[in-house]
Amino acid sequence: MIKKRLNIRMSGLGGQGAVTAAHVMAMAANRDGKFSISNPFFGAEKRMAPAESYCRIGIERIYDRGELVFPDVIEVFHPQVITMGKSYTMPFYSGIKEGGIVIINSAQNLLSEEDVQRLKDLNVAVFYIAGTELAIEVAGTELSTNMTMIGSVAGITKCVSMEALDGALQERFGKKFVASGGTASLDEAIKKKFAKKEMLLQKNLATVKRAYEIASEWAEKNKIELKVGNPAVAA
Amino acid sequence: MAETKSHIGTQNKKGQTYTDPWKMMNEAPRKPSFYTGSEVIKEAIRRASCDVMIAYPITPQSEAAALIGELFAEGYIGDYFRGESEFAVMSQCAGAAFGGARVFTTTAGPGTMRAMENFPMWAGARLPIQMIVTCRGINSPLSIQPDTLEIAYLLNTGMLVWHAETAQDFFDWILKGYMVSEEPDVHLPLALCCDGFFVTHTKDVVNLTPTEMCLPPYDPYRSPVPCMDMECPPVRMMRDPFVMKSNYISYATHASWQQEVWAAVERSRKHTIHWLDGLIDTENADAEVMIVASGTAVSQGREAIRLLEDEGVRCGLVKVKSLRPWPGEEIREATKNAKHIFVPEFNVTGWLAKEIKATIPNSERVHAGPHVCGGMTMPPEIIVSEIKTALGLRSESLAGRGS
Repeated sequence: MIKKRLNIRMSGLGGQGAVTAAHVMAMAANRDGKFSISNPFFGAEKRMAPAESYCRIGIERIYDRGELVFPDVIEVFHPQVITMGKSYTMPFYSGIKEGGIVIINSAQNLLSEEDVQRLKDLNVAVFYIAGTELAIEVAGTELSTNMTMIGSVAGITKCVSMEALDGALQERFGKKFVASGGTASLDEAIKKKFAKKEMLLQKNLATVKRAYEIASEWAEKNKIELKVGNPAVAA
Repeated sequence: MAETKSHIGTQNKKGQTYTDPWKMMNEAPRKPSFYTGSEVIKEAIRRASCDVMIAYPITPQSEAAALIGELFAEGYIGDYFRGESEFAVMSQCAGAAFGGARVFTTTAGPGTMRAMENFPMWAGARLPIQMIVTCRGINSPLSIQPDTLEIAYLLNTGMLVWHAETAQDFFDWILKGYMVSEEPDVHLPLALCCDGFFVTHTKDVVNLTPTEMCLPPYDPYRSPVPCMDMECPPVRMMRDPFVMKSNYISYATHASWQQEVWAAVERSRKHTIHWLDGLIDTENADAEVMIVASGTAVSQGREAIRLLEDEGVRCGLVKVKSLRPWPGEEIREATKNAKHIFVPEFNVTGWLAKEIKATIPNSERVHAGPHVCGGMTMPPEIIVSEIKTALGLRSESLAGRGS
């Protein structure tokens, strides 16, 4: 299915980088010449508390703001979003559109039979990726989990190119970035994990690429097609 | 006598050129940048020749306040510090403005409410302070999410009140706001409001003016009231104030001054129309179904109009940019053909719908809604559903979150 707009809801926990992931995705889409916006929604800034972010990518100017109530793609950054109900609503997939995709960071099946059936009825495909393990393997830190979620959604939907993601990552992490005291200290924490900033960029990009390949392969094998159109063609 | 020396064409200490504001805003090349609303506030202030910014942390304006701290560190702002509370901040802003500085601050929700006493004081003292209000919930139980109820409290303070839809509005209006506020026949504070998170934390494309250009500095001698030497305030005002009197002259003085403040709000109308290209924007103004909205509700309305178009329902839009001065005549004209007027709002009381009902003839045409409040998002689908229901059209049931 080729859509005028792809709505991506990222459900994670505070500190996992869901907000950054949505920003990076939107920045990449913008670099690709698509229309995009991203925004987060969270309560008091607190680690492990539910945090969501949203990325909208499309072929025409996007006005829609705020929480994504009817997403095409839902990414679950942490198993607790499902197992402990750390989602803004229960079940975590409420509002998902027919033909949508759920991407879950887990090595194990987390869905009940009822959930599986309900998603099947909506023709929603579910993709599991052991994102945290992959981040530890490729980047050497679980802090790069969000990179695997970026790679997954990009790999399945091809809504942003790898070149644009590379550029967006450099833009986000290559220079000093101050959003708030919290964000600044988190950035510092990530940088300390890597000997040099170049290493951070390189390892994160490698993590994105690896997840992209795995997800791409899964989509091909299962004949999953959910894409956003080309703005040049639309114009 | 008016000052004749012009700063235009000269440079500030950062090497920016003081530029004719009209040329800077309307003729200078623009660079598209992909920024959050908070970053855009920083970029506007970089070009605003601000003397003083006073900060106090409260979500969702904390990022903008922190980023302006960065600007101070870079040398773009005369002075920057954190107040003890929002009440202290707004009082300190008054002090700086009394002393002849161009002042900027940001606040949100409970902070706006806490500082409320200062706003009619600013207006009464004719201080052209600019305050960004990134609206959020104000009531208990606590919410940090967008809710525009606080704007209703600002409407009768004597401040100018504008409601930005996007980060682009924000960038342009921060700079244009000073031009309107500082006119000698206006000289009033401006509350430049937006819906928190939807604007402050959203990354979007914004076209920025060149960093090498900035506004000319504030000229306190254009003030209609004398600026004060705060180390040596006028004795008569401090030792013998009107508040100590209880006689007809003191009442008459206050009454005439209040009238003068509101007359100044009226006088700002022509300048606001000039700088914002009208107090409202309209689309499909001949449609029988209209959405009238301000802030993010305009954006959600635009999406709803697209969805309705796909279903063959033609719908128009009025974007209310300025709430004070209130565009009464413009709204009457823009809605004269409308049979149904919908006013989507991010608050529980529907203050905008009330203002519109009080403005237009046949106010039963106004459907006050849909409303969301307490930080909820307004999906365009619920605006569509409200409109279709009112028109007697079949509407699909929505199975979103919480249903």
